[in-house]
Amino acid sequence: MAPEHEAQPDSPAVASTRAVDIAVSVLLLALAGLLAFDNWRTGMSWDATGPQAGYFPFYLSMILAGASVYGIVKELAARANEPFVRREQLQRVLQVLVPTIAFCVLMQWLGLYVASFVLIAGFMIWVGRIAVWKSVVTALVFSLAMFVTFDIAFDVIMPKGPLEALFGF
Amino acid sequence: MEALQLLIYGFGVLLTWKTLALMMLGLVLGIFVGVLPGLGGPNGVAILLPLTFTMDPTSAIVMLSCIYWGALFGGAITSILFNIPGEAWSVATTFDGYPMAQQGRAAEALTAAFTSSFIGSLVAVLLITFLAPGIASFALRFGPPEFFSVYLLTFCSFVGLGREEKHKTLISMSLGLLLAGVGMDTVSGQLRMTFGWSELFRGINFLVAVIGLFGISEIMLTMEERLALRGHAASISLRVVLKVWKEMPRYWMTLLRSSAIGCWLGITPGGAIAASFMGYNLAKRFAKDKESFGKGRIEGVFAPETAAHASGTAALLPMLALGIPGSGTAAILLGGLMVWGLNPGPLLFVEHKNFVWGLIASMYLGNVVGLVLVLSTVPIFASVLRVPFAAIAPMIVVSCAIGAFAIQNAMFDVWLMLVFGVVGYVFKKIGIPLAPFTLALVLGNRAEDAFRLSMIGAGGDMRVFWSNGLVGSITTLALILLFWPVISAVWQRLRGMPT
Repeated sequence: MAPEHEAQPDSPAVASTRAVDIAVSVLLLALAGLLAFDNWRTGMSWDATGPQAGYFPFYLSMILAGASVYGIVKELAARANEPFVRREQLQRVLQVLVPTIAFCVLMQWLGLYVASFVLIAGFMIWVGRIAVWKSVVTALVFSLAMFVTFDIAFDVIMPKGPLEALFGF
Repeated sequence: MEALQLLIYGFGVLLTWKTLALMMLGLVLGIFVGVLPGLGGPNGVAILLPLTFTMDPTSAIVMLSCIYWGALFGGAITSILFNIPGEAWSVATTFDGYPMAQQGRAAEALTAAFTSSFIGSLVAVLLITFLAPGIASFALRFGPPEFFSVYLLTFCSFVGLGREEKHKTLISMSLGLLLAGVGMDTVSGQLRMTFGWSELFRGINFLVAVIGLFGISEIMLTMEERLALRGHAASISLRVVLKVWKEMPRYWMTLLRSSAIGCWLGITPGGAIAASFMGYNLAKRFAKDKESFGKGRIEGVFAPETAAHASGTAALLPMLALGIPGSGTAAILLGGLMVWGLNPGPLLFVEHKNFVWGLIASMYLGNVVGLVLVLSTVPIFASVLRVPFAAIAPMIVVSCAIGAFAIQNAMFDVWLMLVFGVVGYVFKKIGIPLAPFTLALVLGNRAEDAFRLSMIGAGGDMRVFWSNGLVGSITTLALILLFWPVISAVWQRLRGMPT
């Protein structure tokens, strides 16, 4: 594809805002149903001391359900409108979302600071196409600064992994 | 005059090297956060909240509120120099601020923005100083029904006065209230909506939700839009500052009007965004030559900035006096109060004088220092925007994760933050407002407790919400606001009908 086409705003739409709106409303309706059921089970009526634990949330889930149904009906009656996200935009969103998920997974094994080094360096190199040495130095300085700020200066303890253990933290 | 004495006392609390240093740190961090696209007042405060967990409450609130003032100042820099509002409330500032920068008058526009911000918040702080103690002592007489009716008023005014589609505001609010109820029920001790999942027993932490909703989702939106940053350079000389200040008194009416709008919308949950637009539009409406707006008119910078700052500051008034935040950021500060072990509400003025008056004094000092700081350091902060977004984005993600984890030392919260990030992204794109959700999540339990305590006290009689003049009028006002869209439609039809 020619480079000037890459930046065109009209790459194909992945979904219309209307479709996403309806999908979200359906999900919210399902959630409202689930929560209403749970609160009905907890007890949604009145006893000697006043309303039971499920009373307030039960009626809230009714409001949520009502508003969702209204949203579904309204959007069904409307015509398809502007795109929710275009393919090219979605690719860019995923470029940040996928590494973020990977970062959270890594954090559990390697600890926050090592994971943050990997995320920042990797993101700068592959997504930002920034020179490798600049990326590595930036990531190293940032991760170290975070470590000093939180773990040492402010006593806020983050998850740590094998590398920190090596240095006795 | 008692307020003045207490204020002086507050300055006494504030004037220690440690507090002053934290204030400076907060301001610098705040301006930084305000300048960066993809970060803003609420998420900046939420992400940096963990830094304060080990501090005493007064130092903590001083630093956090200074982050907030800094973010308010910082938003103007990007609007004027880059035509990118760092914050939603600085959108209106771009209308005339950016044209001014294009004409080579960036320094003038920036000085105008900072100075009018300063004036706006000064008016609001004066209001807080003299009004908040009175409101708080009045509210000391409130029982559960009064509190519930005030909560109801807050929620209903979102539905009635918000610009979003009403059903979407309702969705946002009821979802927030529901999620606030997850976990242990505070009245009966029963578990609710946890589905036997032990991670949910603690409930859904408000701050985790905020970090995801505002921080992570904002990164996704910024990536999607792919900002190309091309801005104007600026440094401010003393000559320009003095020139703008000399011109300023001519616009006293605009400044006064915008301050009033800002204070009003800050106290009611209209917020800084609405205030800045309304300030701008009213300045335009009352101007003799409306055509010159949008083409680089200095009044077009004065009006929205004054209103936004007045509103952002005034939002702290109901938070301090009643425990009801007037904005998203105020809601996060309220979350902070609970983390530090303070109980928000009118008793704060009685039990924690240090805290309250230290905070109020820091509003004065923070705004003066902030003004000097931004005026002298604009070039440095503007250069922050030349750092590639690919370097800033992952750093923000890491900061968000640190923030989310630190609140309860739970990995589950990091995942929850991620989920809220995606939810926030989708909600923003389909126009479900996030502010009612935030407010509902932080106030949900308190509102429910107030309702149930009223019901227990009254033996289940709903008429308790009309049992005296005060609670009755607040409840009625709340219901009028809730049904305002219907009422105004009917009213217009009646008036429009030829009789």
